[in-house]
Amino acid sequence: MNGSLPLIWRKFGERYDLDGNFCETCKTAYFPARAVCQKCRRKGKLVAQKMPKTGTIISFTELSAGPAGFEHEVPYFIAIIELENKARLLSQIVDSEKEKIKIGTKVEKVFRKISDIDPEGPIAYGYKFKVVD
Amino acid sequence: MAGIIGYGVYVPKNRITVEEIARVWKKDGKAISKGLNVKEKAVAAYDEDACTMAVEAARRAVSQAGIEGKQLGAIYVGSESHPYAVKPTASIVADAIGASPELTAADLEFACKAGTAGMQMCMALVDSPVPEWLEYGMSIGTDTAQGRPNDALEFTAASGGAAYIMGKKKEEILANILDTYSYTTDTPDFWRRQHAEFPRHAGRFTGEPAYFKHVIGAAKGMMERVKMQAKDFDYAVFHQPNGKFPIKVAKMLDFSMEQIEQGLTTPFIGNTYSGSMMIGLASILDKAKKGDKILAVSYGSGAGSDAFVIETTENIEKKRHKKSVFEMFEEKEYIDYAEYAKCRKKLKSM
Ligand SMILES: [Zn+2]
Repeated sequence: MNGSLPLIWRKFGERYDLDGNFCETCKTAYFPARAVCQKCRRKGKLVAQKMPKTGTIISFTELSAGPAGFEHEVPYFIAIIELENKARLLSQIVDSEKEKIKIGTKVEKVFRKISDIDPEGPIAYGYKFKVVD
Repeated sequence: MAGIIGYGVYVPKNRITVEEIARVWKKDGKAISKGLNVKEKAVAAYDEDACTMAVEAARRAVSQAGIEGKQLGAIYVGSESHPYAVKPTASIVADAIGASPELTAADLEFACKAGTAGMQMCMALVDSPVPEWLEYGMSIGTDTAQGRPNDALEFTAASGGAAYIMGKKKEEILANILDTYSYTTDTPDFWRRQHAEFPRHAGRFTGEPAYFKHVIGAAKGMMERVKMQAKDFDYAVFHQPNGKFPIKVAKMLDFSMEQIEQGLTTPFIGNTYSGSMMIGLASILDKAKKGDKILAVSYGSGAGSDAFVIETTENIEKKRHKKSVFEMFEEKEYIDYAEYAKCRKKLKSM
């Protein structure tokens, strides 16, 4: 697990269950949560909100060389996903047939290990997405 | 009285056939597959473990129960492959399904029956007047079971899990648990020491004095207590270390093939250890109609069995999962031994 443990721990809500926020003034969802609404600035009223568990692939790429901790998973797909509330995120796509990973394909959130490099260190868990059959 | 208000199953997508494992070790795959009555087994992906499968099963159970994660007052996770030796799987599951922080949680271990021990604990907590705030409890059985390469266990040791939520509101219960009974002795049939990677077993000793003695002890004790006989049940499910033992034990207890077929899942996904009987029971609940009676008996080496007498309610129809357990089994992809070794990190340099 890279980075400082307290920093990662504070992100558990975001990584485990897509905790973001929502501006009640302009009805915009943010993931990850933002401190200030990009559109309304200080006039915006932000409230905590869980993001929807399904979305659509906006763009994707197949990686054949992974960063540290992902070497054994290559080749794998990462995609920009637009959730049902229009918030976008970048995620690895797992358990999906290569032919089905396309722009516009519907995907759903799954819970996976994100990194597990050090056998004596902590395991990082979080979201990945898979194609809805 | 406490009953089941929701259940969820998770089985990973990867499958390896018994014949493929046998090919690597130059053994007769067809004969082994027939002898064990196991065709193939489910294998967790490289980025899955007992915890991620527990979360997936838990999410399905919570969704069927029609409650929110934060309403759960207890979460127990039974496994013999908890990702950490010290650091609970249960707290990760609780956080991932939004149950934190107002709940009690713990990991349990009793070889293949820790999940059913957790079911008994949840029943008791839900029924107990104290703590008054605790309305719902969830028990999960989950394992990424490992067999030493070229050991007999390697043909069956599989990955999967199931979650059961107990509640006591009549309008939410899909199956009442009429009674439970357990049978436990100190029997050294299977064990894994701290820091040891693979379990060891006592070969032939795992049959008669271990599996059969405890499953039969618990089943007979249970049926005597509720004054029921085999013919009074619509379904029965027993722990399934392979596809043969549960059929044999059913015969010994006078249950027919028709009564156990729906819950017989090991031939298609292998032995999911803590998940085994709980997945079989889920498959029965997928099919059962109002008023059906089920005998469910787990087994954990070491050794013990938990038995349950379950009766489905009128809520079972409207709470049906969109996808049945057997339909989930069909979502699969075959892998070869090399991919399997990578997924389960059997290569020492990884
Ligand atoms: Zn705004």
